[in-house]
Amino acid sequence: MNWRRSAIAAAFAVPLIGLFVFGLRHDPKDIPSPLPGTVAPTFALEVFAPGQPPLGRPVGDTIRLADLKGQVVVLNFWASWCLSCRDEHATLSAIALTYAGKQVHFVGSLYQDRTDAGTEWIAQMGGQSYPSVQDPKARTAIDYGLYGVPETFIVNRDGRIARKITGPVEANVVTHIVDSLLAVPASTATGGVK
Amino acid sequence: MRALLRTAALLLFVSVGAYGQVASPAESAATVIRVAAPRDSVLEARTSAVASQLRCPVCQGLSIQDSPSELAQSMRAVVRDQLASGKSPDEVNAYFVSKYGEWILLAPRPRGFNLIAYLLPVLVVLSGGIGIFVAVRRWTRGTTEIPAE
Repeated sequence: MNWRRSAIAAAFAVPLIGLFVFGLRHDPKDIPSPLPGTVAPTFALEVFAPGQPPLGRPVGDTIRLADLKGQVVVLNFWASWCLSCRDEHATLSAIALTYAGKQVHFVGSLYQDRTDAGTEWIAQMGGQSYPSVQDPKARTAIDYGLYGVPETFIVNRDGRIARKITGPVEANVVTHIVDSLLAVPASTATGGVK
Repeated sequence: MRALLRTAALLLFVSVGAYGQVASPAESAATVIRVAAPRDSVLEARTSAVASQLRCPVCQGLSIQDSPSELAQSMRAVVRDQLASGKSPDEVNAYFVSKYGEWILLAPRPRGFNLIAYLLPVLVVLSGGIGIFVAVRRWTRGTTEIPAE
C-alpha cells in the first residue's frame, strides 16, 4: 500500500518540482526581445543636444533612420534620472569618437525626460560626443519595445536590429558587435549577432 | 395643527426629492460631453478593453490600463491612436507582441507551453475533487461497517 501512496505523491510532486526548477533557472527580469533580426522601426527625431565635432549635429536638426541606411547605427535610450546611464555615458561617448569617419552613427534618445534636464545632465557629465534626440510621448521607445533605460540597440547596415543591450554597455561588447557588423557588406548583412 | 404638520412634512419631502433631481453643474457638463461626443466614449471604452489586456513593462502585474506610470500612459495613447486609425484590437495586440513579445499579454495565448497555465488549475481541482470523493467514501464506508447495538 505504501508504494501506491508513494507513487501517487510522486506523480504530483515531480511535475511541481520540475516547474519550480524551471522557474528558478530563469531570471524573471530577463525577458527575451523579439526585435533582434527584425527591421528596425523607423524614426525621425529632433536633435536637442548637438554633441561635439566631428560627430555633432545642429540642435533642431532631424535624424532619420532612413537616411542612415548603409551605416551601423548605435541607438542608446537614456534619461537624466537614470543612475545606470551615468555608468555607461563616458564609455559610449569614447567609443563613438573611435568610430569617427567610419560608417557608424551614434544617437542618444532621451526617454521620458525634459530636454533641459537632459542638456544639464550632459553638461554635468562633461559633454557627449554624439548627438541626442528627443522622443515625444516615448513613441520611438515603444516602437523599440523599451522596458527601461539604459537600453541600446545596434542596427546593421541593412537596417535590421542586430543586438539589443539591456543595462549599461561594456566597451568591448559594443566594439565587438560594431566591428563585426562593419566587416559585413551592406547587402549581405543579416543581423542577429549574438 | 395635525393638518399643518402633515403639509409641512409633505413640502419637506417634495423639496428633498426635487433637490435630489437637480444636477450639479459638473454633472450637467458631463452629460453634455457624453451626448456631444459619443464616438470618443466608444473609443475610450475600446481603448480600456485593449489596454486591460496589456502588461505594463515597468510595473508588477499591472495592466497599462491600471498603471499610473508615464510609460503606461504613453502606451495607452498608442492603443487609442491605433484603434482610432482603424486597427482592430487583435492588430493592436499584435503590434505590442511584435515589440515586447508574448510577455506583454497579461493572459498568455492558450498554446504550447502556455497551456500549462490553463490546464494545471483544472487538473488540480479535478484531482482534489477525486481525492475528496475517495476519502469521503472511505470514511462513510467505515461508519456503516460499525455494527449497530
